[in-house]
Amino acid sequence: MAPDINPLVLLFASIFTSNILLANFLGMCSFISISKDMDSANGLGMSVTAVLTITTAINWVVYKFILIPFDLLYLRFIVFIIIIAATVQVLEMVIDRFSPSLYMALGIFLPLITVNCAILGVALFMEIRGYSFIQSIIFALGSGLGWWLAIVSLAAIQKKVLKAPVPEGLKGAGITLITIGFMAMAFIGFSGMLIVQ
Amino acid sequence: MEFLIAPIIVALLASVLALIISVLDKHVNNYGDVEININRDKKVLNVKGGDKLLKTLSSEGVFIPSACGGKGGCGACKCKISTDVGPILPTEKPYLSAEEINENVRLACQIKVKKNLDISIPEELFDAKEFSGVVEEINDLTYDIKEVIVSIGDESIDFVSGRYIQLVVPPYGKIKESTQRAYSISSKPSEKNKIAMLIRLIPDGIATTWVHNYMKVGEKLKLIGPFGKFEKSDSNSTMVCIAGGSGMAPFKSMFHDMLEKGEIDREVWYFFGARTTKDLFLLKEFQEMEKEWPNFHFIPALSSPLPDEEWDGEKGLITDILDKYLKTEIDPSKHREGFLCGSPGMIGACNNILNHNGIQDIFYDNFA
Repeated sequence: MAPDINPLVLLFASIFTSNILLANFLGMCSFISISKDMDSANGLGMSVTAVLTITTAINWVVYKFILIPFDLLYLRFIVFIIIIAATVQVLEMVIDRFSPSLYMALGIFLPLITVNCAILGVALFMEIRGYSFIQSIIFALGSGLGWWLAIVSLAAIQKKVLKAPVPEGLKGAGITLITIGFMAMAFIGFSGMLIVQ
Repeated sequence: MEFLIAPIIVALLASVLALIISVLDKHVNNYGDVEININRDKKVLNVKGGDKLLKTLSSEGVFIPSACGGKGGCGACKCKISTDVGPILPTEKPYLSAEEINENVRLACQIKVKKNLDISIPEELFDAKEFSGVVEEINDLTYDIKEVIVSIGDESIDFVSGRYIQLVVPPYGKIKESTQRAYSISSKPSEKNKIAMLIRLIPDGIATTWVHNYMKVGEKLKLIGPFGKFEKSDSNSTMVCIAGGSGMAPFKSMFHDMLEKGEIDREVWYFFGARTTKDLFLLKEFQEMEKEWPNFHFIPALSSPLPDEEWDGEKGLITDILDKYLKTEIDPSKHREGFLCGSPGMIGACNNILNHNGIQDIFYDNFA
């Protein structure tokens, strides 16, 4: 049975208290590598949110109507990944054709997202926690927004850090990881407020 | 029968998805027939849209150099596109200067052909062709440098000494995708049906590992070229040439060419830097050349000779040796020009030394 959670609580919890990136540490690679400039971070965040919401919805349907009836739960990793990869491919083609400006903003990040573990992570969370269809979509949307918020914040902080006197040995990845650590601590501050897991 | 359900379901799911993608690809990704106009009507191609410009052009026999094989990793495939193809992509940004962005220079490997395009490329790229060759010889020059001589049969290649060629590396071992790497041509321009390269093993390098550990005599391969701008100048100024490792290649070609054409009045200083005698090769060849060509000076130098090595040549960093010769041996009253081939670090360091000694005309091809 789907757990009884207020949709608003679920949305806010997935954005803040159990932020997919800063509380669950999923989707770190693109988070670290694309956060150097604000425009790209924004574009990537937007694409992750879109892909996350769409693929989670499809994955829920496949999970509910194919995997469960045929007792194929052990195949969920493979099936979810196939669906994510195919959806990303379709999205990329469609966006490239029909909206070149949108393609500019997020299309080129789409191939990167196929292997973003946050996407698979959310699909697996939805399954473990037994969310309903609506809950899954809210959870995916919230996780995407949370990821977006985190990467845009990191890009903004990085901009400031560029002007700061960082010790030579810590420049680049070193200071980025320390920054992420601080951000994670700040987000953990929310964690007692709303509990969904 | 139950064990069949899982594979059937997965196969069905995958084929439904594949079907959706291929139907979409056919309809959504179909941009119809597109005209590409190169260098103002110099060449007009009618092609099917939907592919990247680099790939579309190469399938029509127009080869734009690309050291990474179209992965957006080298920035070599620059061309001017005067048709509006949308703003600069983030994948292009790192390779374009502000000036280039102003002039509508784009990376051909990142631009998708969707509509009629007007592009301009350097005229000499029309000479670049794809050659099918057979490996004729693989010679060990040092423990980590091999000379590969490829015979291109009845075809013939026209090039100026100093140009490079792109070796098409097929999938092998764990490498699943074909890729391309650029190597300077070390054979003479007069050997029209041969292309030789000097290839140094780079640990974990895709192309160099293939050449060193997999390539066999008699193997068929493809080469695309020639490309580049590196060549000797037409003047009679003193040539100060500096190479390290497999950077020997373009100079080998150049000096043999000059010798053959009888341009031996020109003064040439050739510095070759290596670590130990193990890294030196073709010494005899250039020492012979010194005898035939009095104005040719070959200066091999070892930066860290082993204590038990016999070496009576120059010792020290190539930059120090170069500095010493520029100050004491090479007549500064004559116009001097620098020619470089080697690692980016070496090129940078030698550039500085040449500049400090008043040499402004310095030539090299920047490909890594």
